[in-house]
Amino acid sequence: MSKRTLDIEVLRYDPEQDTEPHFMSYQVPCEEDWAILDALNYIKEELDTTLAFRWSCHMMVCGSCGMMVNGEPVLTCKTFVRDLPKDVRIEPLENFPIERDLVVVLDDVMEKLQMAKPYIIRKDPPPENEEFNQPRSALYKFKQYTMCVNCMCCYSACPQYALDSSFIGPAVLALAHRYNIDSRDQGKSERLDILADHDGVWNCSFVGACSEVCPKNVDPAAALQQMKIDGAKAYWLQKLPGGKS
Amino acid sequence: MSRNPYVRPVSPTTWYMRNGRYIKYMLREVTCLLVGFYSFFLICVLAILAGGSEERWLAFLASQQNAFWLAFHVIALLFYLVYMTFDWFQLAPKAMPLQVGEQKVPPAFIVAAHYVAWAVVTALVFLLAGVF
Repeated sequence: MSKRTLDIEVLRYDPEQDTEPHFMSYQVPCEEDWAILDALNYIKEELDTTLAFRWSCHMMVCGSCGMMVNGEPVLTCKTFVRDLPKDVRIEPLENFPIERDLVVVLDDVMEKLQMAKPYIIRKDPPPENEEFNQPRSALYKFKQYTMCVNCMCCYSACPQYALDSSFIGPAVLALAHRYNIDSRDQGKSERLDILADHDGVWNCSFVGACSEVCPKNVDPAAALQQMKIDGAKAYWLQKLPGGKS
Repeated sequence: MSRNPYVRPVSPTTWYMRNGRYIKYMLREVTCLLVGFYSFFLICVLAILAGGSEERWLAFLASQQNAFWLAFHVIALLFYLVYMTFDWFQLAPKAMPLQVGEQKVPPAFIVAAHYVAWAVVTALVFLLAGVF
């Protein structure tokens, strides 16, 4: 198998030494079938053991290796060397503080995840001693949204989140939508107050970048627009005589 | 080991220059200025019509017969068609997905339905206006 040498620039930041991040260059002899994650592992093992980055599964499931590669938020395990030019620039995901090198601080999104109540809420008890059947047609309504691996590439692509981090953001809202449209769930009204707020769906101006970069084709932008319609409907239904407040 | 996360600054005025995707979005958004102005223009036209003076109406029509106003109308129409109609109709299947049984209705079908509805409404407006 032929090798190809890439000139890789990596944004480095040592919180104990640096006042701001800086680029370091590495020449990496890559195998043809390598992903960028393999090149990073080569750097760490052969060239510079101090480089810090997150990864785990190397198969698009864990969502931990999200980074900016040549300005695009991607999963580095899914981004192949053969598809890239000779010069490659790797940075930590944009719109998040840098903890160290390519590792970002995700605390903000982790807190927001709880606001979405991403679990099935029941008001009536589920059926006893029998399976809780769900027709496939009901599953297909939300299945796409279950594919999210929380890689946060969508937050990195979202200019709204970049400008105003109080925005709950694409992945969390899409996850809330996933439960809202699940036929087993009865918690839509509990999620509505937070999600239909200004920091919820109404802070989205439909740039659509979240869906364009999503490595799992989740389409959070679609979820947000559908939630806007739901939120508007609920608002006007409240206004009707006898409407619930 | 102490934590000292570094926050990269985002320019509130030039953020959209970061990539082509954002520039395209801003172009779409900025057309609202033209749309707003054209709406105001139409209200003025309606006001002249409602005024009932044929002389003022003919004077208005005459004022539009020059390169500047013709160019304005062509540009406004293009922006309406390309950004306000084409772009939004393309996005419609995201906001209004349809599923029949276990099958998703193809997005192209939803977009096409919007064009059909648009044609029907336009024909109705023309009919009411006495164009045909």
